[in-house]
Amino acid sequence: MPEAALIQTPAVEGAPRPSPAAQQLQARLAATPRPRARATDAARTDALDRLSAQGLPGPRHEYWRYTDPAPFNAAAPDPVPLDAVTGDPTLFAGVDKLRLVFVDGRFDAAASDDLSLAGVEVAPLSQADAQADHWVGDAYGALEKQGQSPVSRPFAALNTAIATDGAVIRVTGQAAKPVQILYRRSDPAADVTIHHVLRLEPGADLTLLENGLVGARGNIVIEADLAAGAKLHHVAAHRAGVPRVSNIHLFGRVAEGASLKSFALSVDGRHLRTESVIELLGDDAVAHVACAMLGDGAAVHQDDTVFITHTGLRGESRQVFKKVLKNGATGVFQGKILVRPGAQKTDGYQISQALLLDENSQYLAKPELEIYADDVKCSHGSTTGALDETALFYLRSRGVPRERAVVLLVLSFLADALEEVEDEALRAEISDRLEEWLTARAKG
Amino acid sequence: MLQINNLHVALEDEGKQILKGVTLTVPAGQVHAIMGPNGSGKSTLSYVLSGRDGYEVTEGQATLEGHDLLEMEPEERAAAGLFLAFQYPVEIPGVGNMTFLRTAVNAQRKARGEEELSAGEFLKLVRERAKALDIDAEMLKRPVNVGFSGGEKKRNEILQMAMLEPRMCILDETDSGLDVDAMRLVAQGVNALRAPDRSFLVITHYQRLLDHIVPDVVHIMFDGRIVKSGGPELALEVEQNGYADILAEVADA
Repeated sequence: MPEAALIQTPAVEGAPRPSPAAQQLQARLAATPRPRARATDAARTDALDRLSAQGLPGPRHEYWRYTDPAPFNAAAPDPVPLDAVTGDPTLFAGVDKLRLVFVDGRFDAAASDDLSLAGVEVAPLSQADAQADHWVGDAYGALEKQGQSPVSRPFAALNTAIATDGAVIRVTGQAAKPVQILYRRSDPAADVTIHHVLRLEPGADLTLLENGLVGARGNIVIEADLAAGAKLHHVAAHRAGVPRVSNIHLFGRVAEGASLKSFALSVDGRHLRTESVIELLGDDAVAHVACAMLGDGAAVHQDDTVFITHTGLRGESRQVFKKVLKNGATGVFQGKILVRPGAQKTDGYQISQALLLDENSQYLAKPELEIYADDVKCSHGSTTGALDETALFYLRSRGVPRERAVVLLVLSFLADALEEVEDEALRAEISDRLEEWLTARAKG
Repeated sequence: MLQINNLHVALEDEGKQILKGVTLTVPAGQVHAIMGPNGSGKSTLSYVLSGRDGYEVTEGQATLEGHDLLEMEPEERAAAGLFLAFQYPVEIPGVGNMTFLRTAVNAQRKARGEEELSAGEFLKLVRERAKALDIDAEMLKRPVNVGFSGGEKKRNEILQMAMLEPRMCILDETDSGLDVDAMRLVAQGVNALRAPDRSFLVITHYQRLLDHIVPDVVHIMFDGRIVKSGGPELALEVEQNGYADILAEVADA
């Protein structure tokens, strides 16, 4: 093509037209109007300003090089039939917990448990927001805003601006039992934007479970602010099973001696991106993020983007990401550890591994370390490989059929990530569920 | 039990011929030993019989109780009664030893059309057999071979053998990396399994193991062939004089 053909003539008549990117943002916002809010109103306006300044990302954006932002930019998602469910929303059914149900992104009081729980104050965002002086007004969007630098995260800003609901949780002591956020779908075209705000007071301890089926498209933000000595154990499995689009952000701030551990189980889906942005602010803070992922099919694209910032002394961070890919699935990992000046004795660890079950699948990994302190320990590793033929033969030589042997070896590969689930019963349940899925898939 | 006839095997990738006409018969109830210098093809024979990828059989046959072994998948050979104790048992993190054993035992029973063992029956059996091999509950709980010492790995191989109750057991240098006590324990485990309807093929470099597992027949393998067979005294001869004398004698003949 001659070069001149690429040059477009700008329109000269009338008022200046907004750029295509600005038009896209307008269309996106018009499709999901901003709800009425009181407590969070200022935060939403602020987020909208952020978003307008950033614009929606294009494929040339440094952090969107491996994942096409188009499905997140589109004004509306492709509908996903309700019967396209292959995942199982009954996970954690046997766990004694306090359950909050969100249907198409809106809190369903009738389906949820009574919200009173020792050590925890829980309210849906839609209710908290109606009280102008609710503490969520100050917390809402604060960590998201902070997480916009040095890397912009426009879909998180979009979420803060337009989220319809979420869970607002303040933990004052040891939570009497885990809190579960369960997503359900009723509209095949639901475009869900949901925003959870967690505040853990000094010494508080909470296990947060998250699962179910979010929507045809889901945009979820979790902001978790941990005061000194607090412990949050987050186990998410809501990404399983439905061929949908979702973009998730976890923003964490971890004070002195506090510990944030987040594990995600991710099975299939279609176009998924999860960003974990955590700062170890206080001394002796701990942050672990882990993911066990299984992607089957060329339509599956699953991206984990992690940004851990060490600010305090003796912080410990751990990233464990394991992806099993077959039939043309794509896995992406962008993991960063930033050690700020003065964050001495930091112990940062990152491992990302892919197991490719065929030659059509691909794994793209970009580990990054940026260190400004001189007395730290940071290690990272990334591997991409096929099944270990020797191990496969070993199992088969004992009479284990090939299909079953592959399932065992895939579980073996994922074991390090599953180890990040501290609670043994939860870990066993996730492992069993994973094994069921793998076994069913091995036949298909 | 096991019949190998004029078996020729090449490496699939390089086409290099490793076995050049192995003929060997192990009758039911007998223990045969194969000795031979490094590179003579002993381990290749064990892998080809158990069905490992990467080898091409260019000529010859191998049958187990009349069934053509070479036509079967590895798991089918196992269900038919073949067992290979590995020289280097494989570590499988994240898979419990117990889960692995139970999966293997029940997969074989299922393949043979037998009823699977219940959790209770299995547990009772495994405890009893583990005890004889000095394998404690802790070792059973740990992931397969992960963090096991050399001796523990070999004992674990024998435990698998005891649980799977194969007809034909091949032991590939099971004595390598074992101290005297561990070797005695492994040998006791093997001897306890000796039975009129079970045969053994013991591959070893050293006569030492054969003091504990006394063979009926000793074969000397060299350059892809069995060059000499005899009684247990043949192993002693190797121990005293090395392979050179035997090989010279064979070359002269």
